[in-house]
Amino acid sequence: MSDALKSRERRTPRHIWGKLLLLALICYFLVPVWWLLVASTKNAEGLFAGSGALWFRGGFHFFDNLHDLFAYNNGEFLTWLGNSVLYALTGGIGCTVISVLAGYGFAKFNFRGRNLVFAAVLGSVVVPLTSLVIPTFVLMTNIGLIDTIWAVILPSLLSPFAVYLMRVYAAASIPDELLDAARIDGAGELRTFFRVALPLMRPGVITVLLLSVVSTWNNFFLPLVMLSTSKLYPLTVGITLWTTLASSNNGGGQSLWNLIIVGSLVSIVPLVIAFLTLQKYWRGGLAVGSLK
Amino acid sequence: MVSTTPPTALSAGAVVPDTPAAPGGRRGSARRHWVGWFFILPFLVVFLAFLVAPLAYAGYLSLYTKGLATGTTFAGIDNYKRAFTDPSFLHGLWFVLKFSLVVIPLQVFVALAAALLLDEIVGRLARFARLIIFLPYAIPVVLGSLMWGFLYSPSFGPIEQISTLFNVQAPFLLSQGNIFYGLLNVVTWQWAGYYMIIIYAALQGIDTSIYEAARTDGATARQIAFRIKIPMITPALALILVFALIGTLQFFVEPKVLGPIANGTVTPDFTPNIYAVTLALQYAQFNYASAISFSLGFVVFLAVAIFMFVTRKRGSLFT
Repeated sequence: MSDALKSRERRTPRHIWGKLLLLALICYFLVPVWWLLVASTKNAEGLFAGSGALWFRGGFHFFDNLHDLFAYNNGEFLTWLGNSVLYALTGGIGCTVISVLAGYGFAKFNFRGRNLVFAAVLGSVVVPLTSLVIPTFVLMTNIGLIDTIWAVILPSLLSPFAVYLMRVYAAASIPDELLDAARIDGAGELRTFFRVALPLMRPGVITVLLLSVVSTWNNFFLPLVMLSTSKLYPLTVGITLWTTLASSNNGGGQSLWNLIIVGSLVSIVPLVIAFLTLQKYWRGGLAVGSLK
Repeated sequence: MVSTTPPTALSAGAVVPDTPAAPGGRRGSARRHWVGWFFILPFLVVFLAFLVAPLAYAGYLSLYTKGLATGTTFAGIDNYKRAFTDPSFLHGLWFVLKFSLVVIPLQVFVALAAALLLDEIVGRLARFARLIIFLPYAIPVVLGSLMWGFLYSPSFGPIEQISTLFNVQAPFLLSQGNIFYGLLNVVTWQWAGYYMIIIYAALQGIDTSIYEAARTDGATARQIAFRIKIPMITPALALILVFALIGTLQFFVEPKVLGPIANGTVTPDFTPNIYAVTLALQYAQFNYASAISFSLGFVVFLAVAIFMFVTRKRGSLFT
């Protein structure tokens, strides 16, 4: 006991440097978020005051800003927020369903051509996904889906990485004996999947769901290219539109910056909360992703 | 807090096992074939529609040209010849290659240092640090870039104010000469935490009895980190480097978002992806834009292949 204590004391100085370094890292990674929080409480004067950018000053205007945000231009921010929720939920849930089914299929059925198809899926991770956006744009134009919600939702359903993740997860978490037992008991393949396999894969499913919802919510390139009607924009594209307006000073200049700042804060809060509350899931899921 | 979900336990180097076909005779296994295809069918449809088809279509488009008078004519590899002699494409390509060479080691260094610290130090501070460092991953790249753009801004950022305090000229990190560093910071901030979590998960998967043995042999913490921990997580590091390489060569969102704030520093040919999008959406040159995209894809593929070839010689990176 005293020995352990001693060695702990001896080790303390080294950890102090480590902890200081951790504190420095925390400060660095927190600075932009802190600035955003502080800036969202300022009015235009406080924002452009030219001093104390990292501290509160000039009164607390957070709720005024919030009110202006949702009132601006007939409440277009609310429309964008709704669109983001729609795209993230449909794209994210759809992608999860498709990937879980495929991951289970790849892991638990030894069908002809499986390895070939899976090699193609793995290889496609190297394909620059952004290079697919332009041909997808032309294809969507040809079939008349351009500038509709489908042009954003349908391509979001594809995630080779999620399939890879689910295959590894299904292989590790579902014992074959259990599936065979269910089959011998006369359960059909679908019933076996829903009653036996799916409950065992639940943590993996939640990880994939979280990751795909986040990637759809955060997506910018795809909706930017596919959509031209501002009523269909998600938050990421909408806020960028405001930035362009504010920079060129056509859209009311200074006052718009306040809205952009509060709007950014509102846009990041749901995902930060989701990540904080579901952290035991995604940490496990990302661990699977780090396997080779 | 050690995660209790099964996947973490897996990170000790699990592989995808080949599932032996269940017993059940010939008829059963033939039926099983179809069931397997049935489960992957929805994914296969999406895969064909939104990956294979666009890729094939882009390949097709890139081999043709469209003139106002001549209509669509077969051009062979003319578009590619044009791309690889186009100063705009080459300029963007040079920028992303240069940028990758600096930003990837920087990101991985920050991620590795943070992960090693978090693996060594336990407690409330470490848990909090882990969350905060990962936080930027939950923030859309658009908004991350925007926040840093504000911080860089002379009108409301703190850099100007801090510089005034020390009576020096404030650097504008989005100017022609500085945007490289401005973007370096944004990208590192956005992605280092994600890489940190992957490395951390790999570190947590290492059997701790190895450290005990090393300590008994008189190894210091530094030796354990460099001789045991880092070599044992090289597969995770290699995975991160490949991801980072693919992502950085396709650089698009950060410069695009910072463009309006940067007063013209971000040109329409700033990176190959920005150039391709400009060509397609503003000039409707879909054929040439597809060739640019394909050329970029080719460079990405080549870069990944070179990386894999170089690291293969080291033995343990891809096993």
